[in-house]
Amino acid sequence: MRARVFVTLKPSVFDPQGTTVAEALHTLGYTTVTGVRQGKYFELEIDTPSNDEARRIAGEVADRLLANPVIESYRIEIAAEAGAGA
Amino acid sequence: MKFAIVVFPGSNCDHDAYHAVRHVLGAEAECVWHKDEDLRGADAVVLPGGFAHGDYLRTGAIARFSPVMRGVTRFAAAGGPVLGICNGFQILLEAGLLPGAMLRNRSLRFQCEQVHVRVEQSDTPFTGACRIGQVLRMPIAHGEGSYYAEAETIARLEAHRQVVFRYVTGAGEVSGEANPNGSVAAIAGLCNEARNVVGLMPHPERACELALGSADGLALFESAVRAVAGRTAPAGSRV
Repeated sequence: MRARVFVTLKPSVFDPQGTTVAEALHTLGYTTVTGVRQGKYFELEIDTPSNDEARRIAGEVADRLLANPVIESYRIEIAAEAGAGA
Repeated sequence: MKFAIVVFPGSNCDHDAYHAVRHVLGAEAECVWHKDEDLRGADAVVLPGGFAHGDYLRTGAIARFSPVMRGVTRFAAAGGPVLGICNGFQILLEAGLLPGAMLRNRSLRFQCEQVHVRVEQSDTPFTGACRIGQVLRMPIAHGEGSYYAEAETIARLEAHRQVVFRYVTGAGEVSGEANPNGSVAAIAGLCNEARNVVGLMPHPERACELALGSADGLALFESAVRAVAGRTAPAGSRV
């Protein structure tokens, strides 16, 4: 199974990198882009046939390592097969 | 009095800390590799600055799982004095030994400059030789030193007097310009509720000799010597 983990700063946390990217986009003329939040993306290859088991492991590693709950939240997607839809 | 100085792959202030406590202060010091859980009978532990494990993922995020952190956590739980400097502070935050987290500096730049911090609490093992309100001049050198915690955590820190150092002007006043990185409440350093674990972003070990521009940082290490003497002398458990 492949798990995709998206880690983003909580809405309440100021993101100076995202803000700077947004300002750069405005400089380029993309004035309709009103906000940018920068985050991290992980692909985990997990050796299990079970969707639920893959989700459980991905959630556990996100809690323990991939995200810092003080400042970040995360979202998990499970793909049926490793490489599928990549 | 013996200090253990933890060395992670990527630590780069370990020798500065060793020099400060061994050669300037004159205490015993031993470097402990991060794979080692044994703190060699040290009376105080220093987690030095640097870029442990390359700061990959987040600053301190990988280092918190190094075997030595099991020893540091036990030592801290038993009341032993632990000082985290810069990256060491970030590791203490990731390990949950201190509350909160670090964000990128407001400037988005790595900042290397002299700052002033005001001592807010003198009842920690690293500030006992200071007086409340004393202003110390020390350098900072970090890219991710903007301290962040939720408002209720900040309120709890203030209520329990856990803010140990605040960024201030040379005259000791909190101001926007004196806060180099955008830290909430100008927080430069903290302690835990038990007060024995202290972390700060500025580098006291690089400010222990006038030849380096300031000797103000030495007070933190002198405080530790005083605290350990006070802690062990009455019990007579240590010769």
